Amino acid sequence: MSAFIELRGVHKSFGDNEVLRGVDLSVDEHQVVCLIGPSGCGKSTLLRCINALEPIQGGEIYIDGDRVSGRGVDVNALRADVGIVFQSFNLFPHMSVLDNVSLAPRKVLKVGKEEAAERAYGLLGRIGLAEKAYEFPDRLSGGQQQRVAIVRALAMQPRVMLLDEVTSALDPELVSEVLTLVSQLAREGMTMLLATHEMGFAREVSSKVVFLYRGQIEEEGPPDRMFNDPQSERTRGFLRSIIEAKRL
Amino acid sequence: MAPEESISVVPPGASERRAVRFRGNLVAASCAAIASIAVAAFALAMIWKFDQSLHVSGVRVAIARSVEIALGLATLVVPFYGSRALVTSRRAERLAADGDRPSARIAVEDSRDHIWVVVGIGLTAAVVGFVAFVLSANHGAVRTVLFDWSIIWRGHTGLLKGFWLNIKLFVVSEVLVLVWALVVAVVRSLPGRACAPIRFLAIAYTDIFRGVPAVIAIYLIVFGFALAGVPVFKSMSQNGQVFWLAILALVLVYGAYVAEVYRAGLESIHWSQAAAARSLGLSQWQTLRHVVIPQAVRRIIPPLLNDFVALQKDTALVAFVGALDILNYATIYKSQYFNLSPVTGAAIAFLIITIPVTRFVDYLIRIDKERTQAG
Repeated sequence: MSAFIELRGVHKSFGDNEVLRGVDLSVDEHQVVCLIGPSGCGKSTLLRCINALEPIQGGEIYIDGDRVSGRGVDVNALRADVGIVFQSFNLFPHMSVLDNVSLAPRKVLKVGKEEAAERAYGLLGRIGLAEKAYEFPDRLSGGQQQRVAIVRALAMQPRVMLLDEVTSALDPELVSEVLTLVSQLAREGMTMLLATHEMGFAREVSSKVVFLYRGQIEEEGPPDRMFNDPQSERTRGFLRSIIEAKRL
Repeated sequence: MAPEESISVVPPGASERRAVRFRGNLVAASCAAIASIAVAAFALAMIWKFDQSLHVSGVRVAIARSVEIALGLATLVVPFYGSRALVTSRRAERLAADGDRPSARIAVEDSRDHIWVVVGIGLTAAVVGFVAFVLSANHGAVRTVLFDWSIIWRGHTGLLKGFWLNIKLFVVSEVLVLVWALVVAVVRSLPGRACAPIRFLAIAYTDIFRGVPAVIAIYLIVFGFALAGVPVFKSMSQNGQVFWLAILALVLVYGAYVAEVYRAGLESIHWSQAAAARSLGLSQWQTLRHVVIPQAVRRIIPPLLNDFVALQKDTALVAFVGALDILNYATIYKSQYFNLSPVTGAAIAFLIITIPVTRFVDYLIRIDKERTQAG
């Protein structure tokens, strides 16, 4: 069986700064893959490349066997299949929560206004925010905003979700409500690729952990082995500094 | 391992605790006291001079006198606080000499508060004095030449007729400017090498029309197009031609300003908003239409309004190409009565429009903020 997301030798540079130096990575359907690594190692860039928010300079990206990188790809259709959630939520501040969630289904999938609102309302109900449907994003807590951002991506019924450090901008007491939602998605079988600094969460939820170092995959494997018995010296160093900061 | 050197303890030999030192303000308080007396003397003298220049009687003189007395009494507040500042400052010095530093510091702060009253009310009194001086100069000639209400009233039908033209000019121009400037701003932000020529054209347009004085643009376009017999405009009546050509000139000039305002607004929306919209599958145009422009427009309302107020005022420039607007009517009456008051009337007509508009937009901005932003 071939992988659902497959990256082959992906290169990405910003000017002279080469951020990804030949990344090969595969994610199977219903798998949850966690990207870990020091800041600036290319985790976020990798996710943004899969979503075609950044063009890549070398290599190829496949989703479900179709090439989605390079010329001649309908990026809007690709993005309808691949949801991404950002560290800083990026909700639209001039729209109500309900409009935030129903905008893309209406404009991209051409769902009728009422049907889109109904579906958005249903999704908000699932995360316990139905009563906030007519509020504006600035009136919500960070955790609520991030959950709305996740639901906004889910409203497009994507086949895969990319989560880019979704809890990094949150106050500590708001992290768990977002992680609970992500675990719930994992249990429901959503294919996910997430960049995270929450090592405990990564260990618990992921089927595979990938350690990215300076734009290359240093080591990958099942979470048990990656956290208890890492093979690479760099992986060990990274995990040691996280244990010293009492984050694992 | 050697013990780490401490980084958080005050070094030995640190002098006095800095927050509780006493610093007097005797010099500042003395200056404030002297200045307050000088300002009050000036303002009172000018109000007296104004009173002497009045040649009215009956109810009017009673009104004028009561205003003058009120202003005069308000002026006396300045030396009152000036002397209090000085007295309090001297008391602070005494308290400090006696070793009661907490009370001395409180007294200095009181003295500073009094000095600020002297600054605030004193500057106001100085301005009032200056206005009284101007209005009473040459036995009140300024008042009779600029503010003769009976002459303004005699010309009010003509002035209003002319102002109706100004209103039509700026309403039509503003609607067209809103659309035209957005087109220019969007063209200027088109990406890619292929769009470079049209981008360049948009830049050249904004540079040229922002650099040309509005009165010259109006002159050239209204007279030039009429002389050259440009189609469409040629088939219009004389008045219609001037009207639409003036609108064309105003739209071109203000379109260039407003395009820059739009561009600043579009660029002020953080790229992450566009990224979020694109990541959901919205196209470039849908992102602009539903996410970027609605947010940009909210931000540019204040500068946009500034430009609109300027446009409304600049409709008076059409007087130079012979349109019968309010300024032209006012100058006709001016020559007839040999008095500038009708022009003052025209100025008041503009104020009646622009001030409420500004306040109304402030109100709209506040409502929008309350709705979308956290308490």
